[in-house]
Amino acid sequence: MRSRLDSFVDALLPVFATLAALGVGAIMLLVLRVNPSEAYGALWEGAFGSTNAIAETLVKSVPLLLVGLGICIAFRASVINIGAEGQMIIGGLMATQIGIVFTDLPGWFVIVMAIFAGFLGGAIWGGIPGALKAYFNVNEILSTVMMNAIAVQIMNFMLRGPMIDPVQLEKASKIPQTARLAEAFRLPRLAPTRLHLGFIIAIALAILVYILLWRTTLGYRIRAVGQNPHASRYGGIRVRRRIVTALLLSGALAGIAGAIQVYGVNYRMITDGSSTGFTGGAGFNGIVAALFGQLHPIGTIPASIFFGALLVGANKMQRAVQIPSALIGALNGLVVIFVVSSEIWRNKRQKERLSIESDVVNMGETPPDEPTSTPEEVIA
Amino acid sequence: MSPELVIVGILTSGIRLATPYLYAAIGEAFGQRSGVLNLGVDGQMLLGAFAAFYVTFTTGNLWLGLLAAVIVGALMGLAMAFVTVNLQAVQGISGIGFYLFGLGMSELLFKMLVGTVKTVSGFQPIAIPVLSKIPYIGQVFFEQSIMVYGAFLLVPIAWFVLNKTTLGLKIRAVGENPEAADSLGVSVARVRYFTVTLGGILSGVAGASMSISLLNLFQENMTSGLGFIAVALVYFGAWKAWGVLAGALLFSLINASQLWMKVLEVPINSELASTLPYILTIIVLAMSASRVRSPSALTKPFDRGD
Repeated sequence: MRSRLDSFVDALLPVFATLAALGVGAIMLLVLRVNPSEAYGALWEGAFGSTNAIAETLVKSVPLLLVGLGICIAFRASVINIGAEGQMIIGGLMATQIGIVFTDLPGWFVIVMAIFAGFLGGAIWGGIPGALKAYFNVNEILSTVMMNAIAVQIMNFMLRGPMIDPVQLEKASKIPQTARLAEAFRLPRLAPTRLHLGFIIAIALAILVYILLWRTTLGYRIRAVGQNPHASRYGGIRVRRRIVTALLLSGALAGIAGAIQVYGVNYRMITDGSSTGFTGGAGFNGIVAALFGQLHPIGTIPASIFFGALLVGANKMQRAVQIPSALIGALNGLVVIFVVSSEIWRNKRQKERLSIESDVVNMGETPPDEPTSTPEEVIA
Repeated sequence: MSPELVIVGILTSGIRLATPYLYAAIGEAFGQRSGVLNLGVDGQMLLGAFAAFYVTFTTGNLWLGLLAAVIVGALMGLAMAFVTVNLQAVQGISGIGFYLFGLGMSELLFKMLVGTVKTVSGFQPIAIPVLSKIPYIGQVFFEQSIMVYGAFLLVPIAWFVLNKTTLGLKIRAVGENPEAADSLGVSVARVRYFTVTLGGILSGVAGASMSISLLNLFQENMTSGLGFIAVALVYFGAWKAWGVLAGALLFSLINASQLWMKVLEVPINSELASTLPYILTIIVLAMSASRVRSPSALTKPFDRGD
């Protein structure tokens, strides 16, 4: 059993990793001749300095949380989904189409349908790499990258062609965006700020994903496949189907993130021709949030708010001390590197614990000459 | 325009466009052959592209620019090697970290040091005597810049190193069975440090080939995911240098055809047409993945147990 102290230290690892990343950031700021405390002060001010700032932080955290939840499911099944950008795009496109076509239906009904369309779009875009992995042995990292690229082109095609805002069609500029959604279709706001219902939806989904992963048979099977596919197969779990399920659900949550981005924030689908033009990079930053949250749906909630705060605060920092917000993007990368690098210490402790336990089992006899196994195998 | 001219045009730009794919994918192939999946190629390319652009922009010396890309790539490769070899981090995810770092860092430096998009005068095409006079073929193959020649020369060199040298044997042994290689006295760590650093250098050069040879400018996220495609090309090419070449050419020729269709105003939707190479890659991967075996130790950290 894991001791309480150990799990405490484990939970703190990402915090240390983040502090280390911020430390590197401070050095970079010094090199760029900017006072780090001034820069980070502006960042804090921008993220939490006022009611509006806090609301913006929470708004920013919504897509991170939804994508992160999907990442939790996929990574728990040992499936690396880096296709959340594309899944968000397809989900966003399908959801937007609902709002454009069904203009006569009641608002709440369109919103529900749109979120479902987002779910469906993301599920298709995640399910395809899932099926390719399960039945054709195609590495999901590669197929999700390809699906991202395809989604971007489909988005550019749709927003410049069939779905383009009729107003833009008249103009010479032809900005790739759809028509604005009707007022009735916008997600209700929670306060006199830009915070919208999507935040509550995301929190509710986090709880649902937790229940799914730890309180249902399906979740147990998904996790079992992730820990040991061979044993799972012997245990009667249909491994291939569970891989497809995991990627499908992972994509679906990213798809909902796309739908909510349209119905809660932009009220239309708009891009600059790249995927981040629509997603704001949530497809990758959601991975960062999920890792930070220990791949636990509930842990991903504060993690998403934290990274939402960094991204929102970065804009304020950019204005206050003229440091491009890209700094935060670079630091996010460092957080990922530091978090995965620090796993070695957790694994080492786990290994030590296991060897102590096996000594106890062997009643002090010399342990049998076993081939040394990697930490991953020991956990499995 | 006559059909010959169009075909020559497509081939010429196809060869040019294959350049960054080749550098990055050959470098990645070395890493993967030794068992390391480097998913941070795109980030390394962006930093290399910026370094080459910035040094060329400030000094006016293209070779210094290229050297800067090599150094930056080597540093990123060393960092990646440390994280994967010493710290045994999960490779797929740490690579994303390196990607995000390179993406953010190159944009940060670009905005701080350059500001707006500016151009440099990059490597010029060099016509190879005699050969460049061959009708059609000369223009396609022998009137390119030094970066393009370098990329294509890299393919036979990589094939030779991987298959005909002791170093190549060590790399393959470490990628297939690190325990056995270790017991024969091959240092798994040293081999992987070498391949991953080499991969970083070649990614840096791939970036430089874009910023000081093909486009002659730097923009934030100018690779737009090209590095990820390079990783896919290694799978596409079944971890072989010639396979990587075939994949890179296929990709770049389709891209070149699209560019030319735009020029000739062929009524084909360019966005939908540009999904073709990706769809094709997925199909090829689906058809070959069950038959082609990846290096057995790919993505598996090696622990000597000491």
